[in-house]
Amino acid sequence: MTTAEAHKDSGIGKDLVVYVFLLVLAAIQFVIAYQNITADQMFERMLIVAIVEAGVALLFFMHLNENRGLRWFVVISTVAVLLFLQYGWTDAHRLANGVPWAK
Amino acid sequence: MSQADLSIHGQVSRTGATEIMTAPTFSVSAKKMAMWLFIIADSATFAGCLVAYGFTRNATPNWPRPFHSITNVAVMTFILLTSSLTMLIGVRSAQKGDKAGAFRWTLITAAFGILFAVLHIREWMGMIGEGATLFHNPWGTPLFSSLFFSITGLHLLHVTGGVVALIAVALKYQGGRYGADDLEVTGLYWHFVDLVWMFVVPLVYLLNLAH
Repeated sequence: MTTAEAHKDSGIGKDLVVYVFLLVLAAIQFVIAYQNITADQMFERMLIVAIVEAGVALLFFMHLNENRGLRWFVVISTVAVLLFLQYGWTDAHRLANGVPWAK
Repeated sequence: MSQADLSIHGQVSRTGATEIMTAPTFSVSAKKMAMWLFIIADSATFAGCLVAYGFTRNATPNWPRPFHSITNVAVMTFILLTSSLTMLIGVRSAQKGDKAGAFRWTLITAAFGILFAVLHIREWMGMIGEGATLFHNPWGTPLFSSLFFSITGLHLLHVTGGVVALIAVALKYQGGRYGADDLEVTGLYWHFVDLVWMFVVPLVYLLNLAH
């Protein structure tokens, strides 16, 4: 079965379920924003929900669930870039808190 | 693989060896693969901006939290998520051969995109009216305004480009020059714009909500 045929067969019902699920996840992010927690905790929780949202959108709206090779290609490339971008955090902490070993 | 199979993907070859070498990567057509490569590259652009924002926010004491209401951003999120659903319906209609339905749903998606952009610009005008610009922030460090307008502006630019692309592709699809696969590729881009918004909302809006 080709990808186009698979799309046609799965129908709009699954799309609606995924859409409602994404709306619920988005609503959870707004609820988290009003919780009485620290900014770090808020950031962690919101980021986890956002990653789940992105995963669901990639798998079902962008149909990565139908192509294993492409799925791994996209995930590995994107995650590698995201990890490389994290090198700057140590410097952000240095700017905010100074350099403990130099005191 | 027959010549007919390969011609589906726009690649016709004469010898068996060439056929193997020109087989579509991951069984995906060239134009869809090009869109996926663009999406990977563009996600690096947005990730760079959001990490720079996080870096600056983390390193700046007394970061401002100027947002008092989430109504506008909640409505914008609902509109963008709904536009992804209408895009899916449009692509499915095209794959079923329902040309009128595909054209209609694609234009509805574009209309949602325009509505999102209007709400976004209205929000910007409100903030500019309170004195926020790229280089000035009435609530504290100017870095907040710089990053807010840069990140949301980059996203708005993507939405605007997406709306233009949706209208152009829909018109060419209606005219018979483009097919269902072209709508699907444009839809991939539109879903990506939606996906990026899922990260912009919590990091740029909700974490800066006044308590």
